[in-house]
Amino acid sequence: MLAKLSAMMRTTAARLSALYLLLFAVCAVVLVFYMTSLSARMLAGQTMETINEEVQGLAQAYQRGGLPFLVRTIERRARQPGANLYLIADPNGRILSGNVENLEPGVLEGDGWTERPFAYQRFGEGERGGEQRNTALESTARPADGRHHAIAVVLRLPNQMIMLVGRDLGEPERFRSVVQRALMFALGMMGVGAFLIWFLVGRRALKRIDSVSEASARIMEGDLTRRLPVTGAGDEFDRLSENLNAMLGRIGTLNEGLKQVSDNIAHDLKTPLTRLRNRAEAALAGKRKPAEYRETLEATIAESDQLIRTFNAILMISRLEAGYSAESVTKVDLADAVRDVVELYEPAAEDVGVVLEASVDGSFVVDGNRELIGQALSNVVDNAIKYSAGASESPRVVVSLEKTAAEIRLRIADNGPGIADEADRQRATERFVRLEESRSQPGSGLGLSLAKAVIRFHGGQLDLSDNNPGLSVTMVFPDAKGGE
Amino acid sequence: MGSAPFKDFAYKDPMKILVIEDDREAADYLQKALSEAGHTAHLASDGEMGFAIADTNEYDVLVVDRMLPRRDGLSVIAELRAHGNTTPVLILSALGEVDDRVTGLRAGGDDYLTKPYAFSELLARVEVLNRRAGAKEVETVYRSGDLELDRLSHTVRRSGKEITLQPREFRLLEYLMRHAGQVVTRTMLLENVWDYHFDPQTNVIDVHVSRLRGKIEKGFESPVLHTVRGAGYMLKAG
Repeated sequence: MLAKLSAMMRTTAARLSALYLLLFAVCAVVLVFYMTSLSARMLAGQTMETINEEVQGLAQAYQRGGLPFLVRTIERRARQPGANLYLIADPNGRILSGNVENLEPGVLEGDGWTERPFAYQRFGEGERGGEQRNTALESTARPADGRHHAIAVVLRLPNQMIMLVGRDLGEPERFRSVVQRALMFALGMMGVGAFLIWFLVGRRALKRIDSVSEASARIMEGDLTRRLPVTGAGDEFDRLSENLNAMLGRIGTLNEGLKQVSDNIAHDLKTPLTRLRNRAEAALAGKRKPAEYRETLEATIAESDQLIRTFNAILMISRLEAGYSAESVTKVDLADAVRDVVELYEPAAEDVGVVLEASVDGSFVVDGNRELIGQALSNVVDNAIKYSAGASESPRVVVSLEKTAAEIRLRIADNGPGIADEADRQRATERFVRLEESRSQPGSGLGLSLAKAVIRFHGGQLDLSDNNPGLSVTMVFPDAKGGE
Repeated sequence: MGSAPFKDFAYKDPMKILVIEDDREAADYLQKALSEAGHTAHLASDGEMGFAIADTNEYDVLVVDRMLPRRDGLSVIAELRAHGNTTPVLILSALGEVDDRVTGLRAGGDDYLTKPYAFSELLARVEVLNRRAGAKEVETVYRSGDLELDRLSHTVRRSGKEITLQPREFRLLEYLMRHAGQVVTRTMLLENVWDYHFDPQTNVIDVHVSRLRGKIEKGFESPVLHTVRGAGYMLKAG
């Protein structure tokens, strides 16, 4: 529990709420003191006002009927319930009349307002004071010696008699104490509430952070498929988790790509390397004719060249996919690119009985790299010729261009066997993927992925669709910025 | 690889070549193979040394590796050019991207070859570079035996008989005739005639060449466009 509390104390949320709690408590204490002192002052003011009124009333009585009337008035008033304090004493301080039996010595020697509250005792209350009204509320208002306290005005009557008019302080003190207790109680409750809130908030923050830490620990252990918890509350933790999850997703994709590439490299480079090695070993093993050695060496060179080609393609794809953007970009007219590549491939296509046509009219300018586009286009055209050759009565590959509002679509359509399955079409552009039917064809399996990387480098995309029959490859380029 | 595959080059004009290459084995191999092809090759193993030798001696062609110890290959070339040295330079580099080639040629290189390369490719390029130092660029009519190509009127005649060629076939023949008697590789043709530097997977160039061959040899007695095994093509009359 203590460890948990100390861990909680270290969270930002808990620290903030603790700070607020402290600030709040200070404010509340100040408020309590201010309120009680204000109410005390107000009550004291009221008391003095009451006494003043009383004195004025008595002064009128005195003027009207002299001392005897004054004494009678006092006697009458003193008997009323909850009466003020009245006292008339002779110059020596002996009590003659009124409802006060006993009071602190020296009070009657002053003149005017008593300097401070004084203790007194009413008639007939001497013995039972203190015990009888022993409720909680009054116990503090009553002094420990069982006497009441009061403030009063001491007046000298013309005949040297002393008159005291006062008011018991019990009630205001009780009131003050009630207010004080109520405020203390409220403060206590607020403190408890604040602590609870602090505890809950802190614990919640801690719990969220714990779950995030736990999840990230798992991820660090290598489980990249795990994600940080998102509660759906849409708070800062959720936003953080969502962003971290997106980052993890990206890392996962890259990681997956890397893994796939290394697997593929392992497979597609190791296989020919092994062949290469075996061939050399076999040639060394026995005595052979020079022509056989020559043949082996030529095959070795051809195999190495294919390896270099594959390797170059992998490097190029990686560079393009890594967003390497230094390749010189200029305005390239796709119509020229199509004409060039079709012109380059046309005789080769004709040789294998494929009609290769460019259906291009006008100019289609994009921001790009002529060399890269040429390579991508030639890869796709090469594939189209390879796969459509001999596949139908009149194999045909048509390269066409069309412009829509925001993009230029370069389409290479053949009437070969195509790729029937949608999922296979998606997979065909992945690195090293060679669909089963195409295993017999030569190639690195990188042609389409290289084309895709090039098109993506140009901000476009490569789509494969069914040409019924055949395959249609569409390179979608964004239109050149700013036009021509 | 011995000299056998390159005897077809049969080059009659021995060249003096400086190879600036830090890989000892590759440099030795180049020196041996170049001398078997009839040339004299000198070696320099770092940039400073290469610059000092090239700056004080006459060579027909320099073969410069791009990444060299002590001094970068491109800076060697740039400084030679700044000193007024116009010896043709073939840059060798492991960097083969479009931009690498552009920066290499901008630094003053005349040709760019990406490692790993076939020696036949290097030899063909080196020999073409040497001949380029000659004045064939400015000739308006190329002649090779009874074959004649007029660069201004865009006409081709053999034994006085006009042969009709497609524009690209004309450019192909023009390049072959400019380097008549020299081996030109498929990559060189793709680079110079089509201006593409990538590697077409199919034998597209061969098909173009055989079409051209059909046009300039059909109906005539002697072949002029020869295939050089393991290397490329050579236009040679007689």
